[in-house]
Parts: sequence; structure tokens; C-alpha cells
Amino acid sequence: MTYLTRRARRPFPWHIVVFLAPAVLIYTVVMIYPILASLWLSLQTRAADGPEHFAGLANYRRLLGSELYAQPLWNAVRNNVVFFAIHMLAQNPVGLLLAVLLSFRLRGSAVYRTLLFTPTVLSVVIIGFVWKLILNPAWGVQRGLLEPLGLQALDQPWLGLPGTALPTLGLISVWQNIGIPMLLFLAALVRIPDELYEAARLDGAGGWTIFRRIQLPLILPTVGIVSVLTFVGNFNAFDLIYSVQGALAGPNFASDILGTLFYRTFFGYQLQPGDEYMGAAVAGVMLTIILAGLLLYLVTVQRRLTEVEL
Amino acid sequence: MNRTLIPLSLLLLAGLAGAQKTTLTIESWRNDDLKVWRDSIIPAFEKQNPDIRVVFSPSAPAEYNAVLDAKLKAGTAGDLITCRPFDKSLELFAAKRLTSLNGLPGLNNFDAVAKAAWSTDDGKTTFCIPMASVIHGFIYNKTAFKELGLSVPTTEAQFLSAMTKIKASGKYEPLVMGTKDQWESATMGYQNIGPTLWNGETGRKGLLSGAAQYNKGGFLQAFQALERWKPFLPRGYQALAYPDAQNMFAQGRGAVYPAGSWDIGTFRQMNPKLEIGAFAPYSVAGKKCVIDDHPDIGLGINAASKNQAAARTFLTWVASDSFATLYANALPGFFPLANVKYTVQDPVAQEFLKWRSQCGKSFRSSYQILSRNANPNNENDLWNVSSQLLNGTMTPQAAGDMVQKNLASWYAPQKGK
Repeated sequence: MTYLTRRARRPFPWHIVVFLAPAVLIYTVVMIYPILASLWLSLQTRAADGPEHFAGLANYRRLLGSELYAQPLWNAVRNNVVFFAIHMLAQNPVGLLLAVLLSFRLRGSAVYRTLLFTPTVLSVVIIGFVWKLILNPAWGVQRGLLEPLGLQALDQPWLGLPGTALPTLGLISVWQNIGIPMLLFLAALVRIPDELYEAARLDGAGGWTIFRRIQLPLILPTVGIVSVLTFVGNFNAFDLIYSVQGALAGPNFASDILGTLFYRTFFGYQLQPGDEYMGAAVAGVMLTIILAGLLLYLVTVQRRLTEVEL
Repeated sequence: MNRTLIPLSLLLLAGLAGAQKTTLTIESWRNDDLKVWRDSIIPAFEKQNPDIRVVFSPSAPAEYNAVLDAKLKAGTAGDLITCRPFDKSLELFAAKRLTSLNGLPGLNNFDAVAKAAWSTDDGKTTFCIPMASVIHGFIYNKTAFKELGLSVPTTEAQFLSAMTKIKASGKYEPLVMGTKDQWESATMGYQNIGPTLWNGETGRKGLLSGAAQYNKGGFLQAFQALERWKPFLPRGYQALAYPDAQNMFAQGRGAVYPAGSWDIGTFRQMNPKLEIGAFAPYSVAGKKCVIDDHPDIGLGINAASKNQAAARTFLTWVASDSFATLYANALPGFFPLANVKYTVQDPVAQEFLKWRSQCGKSFRSSYQILSRNANPNNENDLWNVSSQLLNGTMTPQAAGDMVQKNLASWYAPQKGK
């Protein structure tokens, strides 16, 4: 009897279902279904002129086990790690530095903020094109800018040398995307109440101590989120490399990352026909790497972060 | 009817009136040619066939295959498909994406060699009308040659000494080419001077039968000859893309440009004042020159097109001499393959055409059968090693060994060689 009355008092929360339904439906149709379909595709194969059939993990075995596929795959993974490292070492610390500087409410900080954020809203195609022009050895402004400074030695074909192509692309990407971590850090810094700064100053703390003891601990959750965004963005990256170096990601695959490897495998390139099954397997590996990275972050970092109530 | 409905219904009526015309859409990778098709070729056809409207809708060259595949699968591809030579189109035909053209009256205007690039392996079925071939060679800056007192080289020794002189003068870049896009190194480099060294068709067919290998004989010598270009490439050539090289030469900053004949039209457009001439791939060690007369463009019908009859009408016209004349002159450097009467007005294009009778003929070694495997792909391998060779990150022997190893890994006649 009591059980029945309790049920009567708390009806099934239909409104939650109703409000969630549109988002869940759309997300399932445009995100979850394609991911699952792609994973399913990676488990299929087709012999020449034969019908499509289930192949189990054969594509993954080929991808990881045969030199022909494994060599480019590991090369792409290695390049992806380097690409990510460049962002973590250059984009996020510099973004944080800029955010801290802007949080001091310098004169004209709105102008700086806008200028620093502008590249982020430009299309990658434009960014790639502009930087290709700047760095062009035949008529790029690089030469004209460096020579008056006596820096001729720095006038190199940066995008054409195996050792420098990837770092150059990484720094271009950093230049473009630095606005996002900067704004996220700034938003977190602005939330810190002025009383904390005042108290610190009364205790005789300088700028560095304030940053170390107050600002950094309080924005640590944002640092975590920015790192995750950088990780996911970098391991999904494709557009900048493709627009600057083409799908062959030259020279000799020195700037080949998982995105460009996936493109070449799935769609083919020039005389090379595409192979949708192996392409889907490459996508499967990308998904695995990203999921593994996210899990690692959630388990080791996220659980230790505590949001400080202000 | 209120004010918004009147224009709307007029629009609908206009749409109905237009529907009586058949519209043919052409898929192509030649986005450079958009203007020529729109302004001269299509109007000439539409004048003769007033009830057919033609739209030329190209995509970027490097993406064409992928874009076309995606469009064909989605059912949104145009009625007429511009065909790449050899395997790519054969694959489309095998997948029933292209209609067989057997019985099309215009096909009689082509000989078997011209049709080979767009026929089944047994030669019985042709699925694209051969439209044009391109020829490889060198385009040079006449002003620069006159200024430095150079004559056109015919042997490798003459070529290299001319290069040295141009470099010493300091005013012009001797050999305008970059390796950033990679394909020029193989297409304008290796496949340009190579056929002379591997005896043209003898060498190319040797690769197919397993009698010749990339890491020995003429094919290796071609890598060695290509490496001798290295000192003469422009500053920073590792980061120079194809359009950069084109621009640099068109501006008159270079002396020699390793070319495909299609570049003639580009240079005429970019800088009509530039005085250009052409010379054939030089001979090495007294060998007779062999040119790459490469079948490049064909035109087929999308099997899923609803306008088959109109498409056949268009292709019959493409096989006629009026199209050949129009095309050869609108696009100097694309040479019609039809056995019909046409004259080429452009003197540089005439020069290229002359080599057909002076030199042996072959086409790019990797195009027939050898690139049939997705991975490793012979053509893409050649791009890679030729660029690495010129960038100094690979020796000729290592380049030959890598291409040979990858080819032997899947192509039965080369296994174990």
C-alpha cells in the first residue's frame, strides 16, 4: 500500500525524456550512428570483384602487422604526438601567459584580445594560404623581413625540409588557435574575486607568487579542459596539413598525421585508388587513441581536480 | 495573387520553359580550362545542337578521383565523365559506372593505340572517347638564351653545360621546378628524360613482363640523370609548389622549365609577352630521343545518366575534326588523338608536335597496370623517390631499390627480382 502511494506521488519524469529527446536523437543520427557504422565498415572487406563480407579483425591485423601499413601508421602516430607536444608546450603556456597579462586590465587590453583572437575565426584554408605565401622561398615576405635584420640564415624552405615541415605546421596551428585557450583561461581568471588579490598583496605577495599560489590553482580545472580539447583537436587534425602540404603530407611523409593518412587510405590519391575498409580501420585506430587518451585523463587527472567554491 | 506570388510563379514558368532543353554536366579535373570550355567549346556545340545545354563543372586536379568516386556513389555525378587514362577509368567501367561506347560512330576516328588507355585489357570495349594527349619536354625562355648566347641543347652534355653557364650568369634560375608537390619530380623529371634511357616502349613493356627493373639498367640511369639536375634548381626548391614554379618561369625569372605540353597554354595566359621556345628531351650517351606522348584525357558517359542520347551526341561531336581543331587551338599543348584534320597555330605547340615524327614514343611507365594496386602504388612511389632524390635525402640506387621492392611486393612478374 505504501509502495503504491509512493509511486503515485512520484510519476515517471516524462519531461526529462521529452527535453532530452531532440538532442539525443540528433546526436545519435549525426554522431553515434556514423561512428558505429564506420567501425562496422572496418570489420568488412571485399576481394576484387567479390561481394562485401565480414572479415573480423583482418583489416586491423593488416594495418598493424604488415610493414606496408604499419610503417606509415606509426610514422603518422609519431608525427601526431609531436604535433600535440608542440601545442602543449607552445600554445597552452603562451595562451595562459597572455590571459594572465590581459587579466591585469592593461590599457588597450580589449584591442590585444581581439587581435590575438582574430586568427582563430579565420578559415584554415586562408591561414594555410597566407602562411604558404609568407614562407614561400620565391617571393614570400620571409626573405625581405629577415635580411634587414641580418638573419639570412633563417631564410630556409621551412615547409620543404623533412626536419622542419612538421614543427613549422605546428607553430602555424598554434598561432591560429592560441585565442581559444587564452579566452578560456581569461574567463576563469576573471572569476577570481578581487579580495583574494588584495589579501595577497597585504601579505606582501608579488606577481609571481599571486600567479603560483592563487591564479594557477584556481584555474587548474580549466587547464585540464584545455589540455583535453587540445588532445582531441590535434589527434583529429587534418585541415591545416592538407591545405598547406596536400594529402601526401610531404616531404616524404614528414608531416603525415593520422588525418592525412586516413584521407589517403579512404579516398585514395591521384593514381592510388581508395580503400574504404582499410580507411575505416585507420579511423578505428584514431578513435581508439583518442578514447584511450581521454580515459587516461579522466582516471588520472580529472578525479584529482577539485573545483574550488569561491 | 499578391505581390510575392507573381515573381515566384514567373520563376516557376521560366523553370518549365528551360526544362525542355537537355542539360549535360561534365565532370573534369581541368579547372584551368573552365574559361575555354565556357567561352569557345561549349558555344560551338550548342550552336549546332540548340536543344542541348552543356555545363562544364571541374574540381581540383589532385582531388578529382576522390570527388568523382564520392559523387558517383551518391548518384550526383554529371552526365559526362572526364576519364583519367588506364586503370582509374577501367575500374570505373568494371564497376558499371561508365557506359560502353562500342558502336559510337566517332570511334572510327581513333586507332587502337589512341584507344588503348580507355579500353578493356583485351581491347574489345572502349568506354571513353580519347580527347587529348600531352607531350613532355622542355620550355625555355628565348630572351634569356639570346642574352647568354646559348643554343638549344640536344645532348645531356650540352644541357648541363648550358645550365652551368646560366647559373654562373646569376641573372636567371637555370631549371625552374620545385619538389614540394612531389609529382613534378616524377612527371616532369623522371618520366621526361627517362624514356630515352630505358628505350621507350621496350623498357616500359619490360617492366610489365618482368624483364626490366627499376633498380638497374635504363631505369636506374634515369634516376642518376635526374640527380644531375639538383645543383640547378631554384633557391628553396624544396618548398616550391607547382604554381610557384609556373609563376616564376612566367615572370621571366628562369631559363628552362621542364614541362608538360599543357604548360604552354598556362604560360600564354599568365604572361603573353614572354617569348618561349621548346626543345625535346635531350639524348644521353648517344641514344635516340624518346618522348612521353601521354594519353591524358578521355570523355565517357556516366552509366547512371538520364541523358544517354544527348551524351552520345556530344561524344560524337568530340570525335569530329571540328572539335579537334577547336580544342587543339583553344588549349595549345593538348594534342588531339583523333585521326582527323586539324592544324595547330601555336608555334611552341607545333614544336612539341614535331617530335612525334622525330623521336620514339612511349608513355609514363607507371600508368598501365603497375599502379593497379592501391598500396604500394607505383606512381605515388615514383613521386616520392624522385623528390627525395632531388632533395638530397636519397641516392639514385636507393630510389630505384625502393620502387622496385614495392613493385615486386605485389606484382607477380616482378616477384623475386
